[in-house]
Amino acid sequence: MKLVRFWGTRGSLPVALTTADVRAKVMAALRGASGRTFASEEELDSYVNALAPEVAGTYGGHTSCVEIETGRSEYVLCDLGSGVRPFGQRALARHGPSSPQTYHVFMSHLHWDHIMGFPFFTPAYIPGNRIRIYGVHEGLEEALRRQHGAPSFPVDFSALGADIEFVGLEAGATREVAGIAVTPMLQRHAGDSYGYRFAGDGRSFVYSTDSEHALFDLEETRRFVDFFRDADLVVFDAMYSLADAISVKADWGHSSNIVGVELCQMAGARELCLFHHEPVHGDAAIERVLAEARRFEEISRKGRPLKVTAAYDGMEIAL
Amino acid sequence: MDIAEHRIADVVVVAPVGPIDFPNAQHLERALAPLLGRDAAVQALVLDFHDVVYVSSMGLRVLMVAAKNLRARNARIAVAALQPVVVEIFDIARFAHVLEVFPTVRDAVAALSPSALAAWDASR
Repeated sequence: MKLVRFWGTRGSLPVALTTADVRAKVMAALRGASGRTFASEEELDSYVNALAPEVAGTYGGHTSCVEIETGRSEYVLCDLGSGVRPFGQRALARHGPSSPQTYHVFMSHLHWDHIMGFPFFTPAYIPGNRIRIYGVHEGLEEALRRQHGAPSFPVDFSALGADIEFVGLEAGATREVAGIAVTPMLQRHAGDSYGYRFAGDGRSFVYSTDSEHALFDLEETRRFVDFFRDADLVVFDAMYSLADAISVKADWGHSSNIVGVELCQMAGARELCLFHHEPVHGDAAIERVLAEARRFEEISRKGRPLKVTAAYDGMEIAL
Repeated sequence: MDIAEHRIADVVVVAPVGPIDFPNAQHLERALAPLLGRDAAVQALVLDFHDVVYVSSMGLRVLMVAAKNLRARNARIAVAALQPVVVEIFDIARFAHVLEVFPTVRDAVAALSPSALAAWDASR
């Protein structure tokens, strides 16, 4: 495994920047540039690079879709949120429509925000492509077929041209796919969700989204610490504040930045990446969640530092 | 973990000492349990955090459970005298929206029970 690339990082529902959001960013950038001149494109580039992330960029709004670049020809993805549409466009632009590819997709669960991108995944319409969709849920195939049916979508699943197969997995059982050892683990979420640990080429990556952590359940905590153990990267559902996650939003199936830091510290993970961002949060709010997670990591650190990042659409993390 | 407890009129002040990490959170939970039940004659609970140097998610959960139990029978809970690092943790966890926080134990007692305030002042 070489790197992880994020195509969709938002929880629950896709979001987009509004005109007011863009205007605020432009004004902040212009305010910072007041009185300055830029003699070259390089100087301008340097200025923009030095701007705060919430001014110069955005976390994006696609729902969950994460690519693992394996160094082999086959593609490996986690989830089919709306982020799979730009992923598919890029794959087509790279290979063209007449060069068949293989796509392996590991599904955390079947909630809408994790499957909604598949009808817009263009490679699924092209004969010759192979798509293997893996998951632990018994209703995996039905969920994906149903969203293609009327009245939800105009093109029936049976019209998809690619060779599509659904592959059932068993929690705790490791399977070799595209040169990677993949192990699913049951997580606490309405209707169940599954995290995945990927191991290959001496690297390990954990995808753990839509997962609530019952702080009183010590056995469950131990299971997660073992699952995250020494991982190079843990992508973690940090949708809510800790207070919300254990009070008004208890049993909603999501977690917090604080619990992510604690579990990764206990597990000795190298990097924690906050994921499944709350759709009501703008860029500044996510930036604050990230800054606070980093501060909490400093406060609670006992061993080696844990790197903390927050995923954005288009982000790449080398493993 | 050392946990002192004393009663002032209808207010109980509980003062843990040290970090409220995983094992200490369990100690605190056990210490608070008798104060939270429907039969407990506690109308107000003040947690004196002067000597608390750290609170983990487990510790925060204990506070949340205490608040839920007390509010279910119209009793009140507050936290007082937080160390700066614990103030930070409360901010990060958004706990200021969950618990009333006061600069001193006296301020907390005054807010929760004016009648207990006189007893508090008399005892100083």
